[in-house]
Amino acid sequence: MNGPGTSPASRLPKKPSRIKHYLTFILIVWMVWGSAVATDSTFRELFTGLPEMWKLIDEMFPPNWRYFDNVVPAMLDTIRMAIAGTTFGAIIAIPFAVISASNIVKSPWILYPARFVLNLIRTIPDLLLAALFVAIFGLGLMPGVLALAVFSIGLIAKLTYEATETIDPGPLEAMTSVGANRIQRIVFGVVPQVAAHYVSYVLYTFEINVRAAAVLGLVGAGGIGLYYEKTLGFLEYDKTNSIILFTLAVVLLIDFISTKLREKLL
Amino acid sequence: MKRRIWLRWTIVAALILIYVWTFAGIRFDGIKPTAGKITHSIFKGIFSPDWNYVYLPEGEDLLRGLLETLEISILGSVISAIVCVPFAFWSASRRGKNRAVSGSGKFVLSFIRTFPELVMAILFTKAVGPGSFAGALALGLHSIGMLGKLFAEEVENMDAGPTEALIATGANRFQVLWFAVIPQVLPGFLSYSLYRFEINVRSATILGFVGAGGIGTPLIFALSSRNWERVGIILLGIIVMVTLIDLISGYLRRKLA
Amino acid sequence: MIELRNVSKSYPNGTKGLNRINLTIGKGEFVVIVGLSGAGKSTMLRSINRLHEITEGEILIEGKSITKAKGAGLRRIRRDIGMVFQSFNLVKRSSVIRNVLAGRVGYHSTLRTVLGLFPKEDINLALNALERVNILEKAYIRADQLSGGQQQRVAIARVLAQQAKIILADEPVASLDPLTTKQVMDDLRKINQELGITTIVNLHYIDLAREYATRIIGLRAGEVVFDGPVAEATDEVFAAIYGRPIHKDELLGEAAL
Repeated sequence: MNGPGTSPASRLPKKPSRIKHYLTFILIVWMVWGSAVATDSTFRELFTGLPEMWKLIDEMFPPNWRYFDNVVPAMLDTIRMAIAGTTFGAIIAIPFAVISASNIVKSPWILYPARFVLNLIRTIPDLLLAALFVAIFGLGLMPGVLALAVFSIGLIAKLTYEATETIDPGPLEAMTSVGANRIQRIVFGVVPQVAAHYVSYVLYTFEINVRAAAVLGLVGAGGIGLYYEKTLGFLEYDKTNSIILFTLAVVLLIDFISTKLREKLL
Repeated sequence: MKRRIWLRWTIVAALILIYVWTFAGIRFDGIKPTAGKITHSIFKGIFSPDWNYVYLPEGEDLLRGLLETLEISILGSVISAIVCVPFAFWSASRRGKNRAVSGSGKFVLSFIRTFPELVMAILFTKAVGPGSFAGALALGLHSIGMLGKLFAEEVENMDAGPTEALIATGANRFQVLWFAVIPQVLPGFLSYSLYRFEINVRSATILGFVGAGGIGTPLIFALSSRNWERVGIILLGIIVMVTLIDLISGYLRRKLA
Repeated sequence: MIELRNVSKSYPNGTKGLNRINLTIGKGEFVVIVGLSGAGKSTMLRSINRLHEITEGEILIEGKSITKAKGAGLRRIRRDIGMVFQSFNLVKRSSVIRNVLAGRVGYHSTLRTVLGLFPKEDINLALNALERVNILEKAYIRADQLSGGQQQRVAIARVLAQQAKIILADEPVASLDPLTTKQVMDDLRKINQELGITTIVNLHYIDLAREYATRIIGLRAGEVVFDGPVAEATDEVFAAIYGRPIHKDELLGEAAL
């Protein structure tokens, strides 16, 4: 044993190099700094913007409560859009989920293209889809419903096929052993195990869609979003604020109900 | 048994009512005669994109638009990852902490989460002027809601043992934080930040719709001027970028785990 | 010297964790505390460095009251008391050496420790501590790569680097197999004998207590029911402490000893 002052360094393994850590750190700093420079983001910009922001907030209060009456129909439309979009998406998602689950479909010629389509759908933001559908179908709720439906297919199908792949294979084997055909195997061996998950994912997607539906109006796809643009365009910030608060209340309420339902399911 | 049947029929009746109400309110005017043609043009545009737009020497091209989108999302993610840390510790419920404190923190986070980021972007364009900075601020503020919640869960699930050990050595609060808490939560924080970055890249592609910079700006122009070849190439660009970012970020997150 | 003067702890629901305990533990003693789980062993140990608060009485460390100490004064006293835990309480993602250096933070300013600027003597101290418990070669490995016994030795090295005058060990071998149990207990005894560090250990195994202790304290329902040298701790005494005959699972077994 050495005294407390002497170094046991000679018997020590070599200290691992930290160069990788430093390089990663430098890379991140460089990326953030570069982004800030390129987008003209400076603290000065932020501070000079602060009074402006404060003025905006000042004008937003008190909210114009009377404006509520004007936007209630639009809010109901928003909820309708979310319900319809989620429903269509949820229905179309079922066949997609079935052909993407590797324990149901064995052929890679079906499996991978199906998953590829699902991944592709999920790369496109819902607002972009809505803008495209508005271009095709014109203004109204329909493009909003379609955009939410397409987005929902991607999300629900992915979550459902992943849940399907983790099911207990026992019932499936049992169905095979009694001579069931492919459809019977799915109906009796898979559906009972996945149904609760599926419903829970549909509700979860519905929560997301309510939030998304609230802004689809910005590209002309109907609902409350239209009124954001209208009131902001006329600089009626007190009205904007009442819409914001209304949206928040509706979304939080729907979230609450949906979460309670999901807890009951699983 | 009887109660179960009753419950089932109540659910069915409620669902029928909801759907009647929903579809009674959605007017379907039939498909416009131009719809087919436009769909055809969009698909034609996507399959015969305007390749010239990828790079233009004088600027305002696809690559620069995508780069700006990336910059907005990087900045937004970094802002939120830093700002959400105090929110996370505020809202994390741990043993011996007042539930009212963490509850109020959780409420603030869900409030921020619910606030539509596009509306936030519009408000920021009014405050700091239109452009990418407004977009980055909007993403940064909105992401706090989700990141703060995920970070708080990471803090809640942390092993309390090392904290106890550090207190026992006579460390002060800050030293406990630095030597016991941060090493435990940092990998999770980084992983969630990358995950949020993936989401932010998607969001940043549409910020331009409201004047908050990125590829959305030329996209909304191309859409309103019905320049489908250009819409096609931009769409393609977005798909490629988002997929690449997902792949890279997913790889990094697996390494962190 | 550790003095417990009339120490009691009652919980809000009225149950008594500790009941009027009076003890004096001299320098260099190797005390083993035995008793059923729930008898108050862990509570008493954690009261000594005030990880748990007591509701009555006073605890003196080297003549200074830890019960009345506050802030920096409390941390100063804790710095002299090392603690070893059942679940090791290492930061699993940090390297072994960093875990050992964590024992030094009480000696330095916040800024210095946060920047990682430990003086050369501290690093030597940490390396010597690792050498003493025979895991010097693991210094730069992440703590979660080590076996349970090795992790506990890192925890002991942390206490050594802390240059503690007292070691509290709360069920230090409860998560270890018989062979590593012996190694860890040997380490603790060696440190006790060579460096003269007062050591207080909570143990579940009776034969282990007899093998290592110089003095045995028996707790039952928060009260001291036995206090004496090993020679006096007969099977009858243990039966009295436990309120029933000794079970087989309270013996580690001859094979290991």
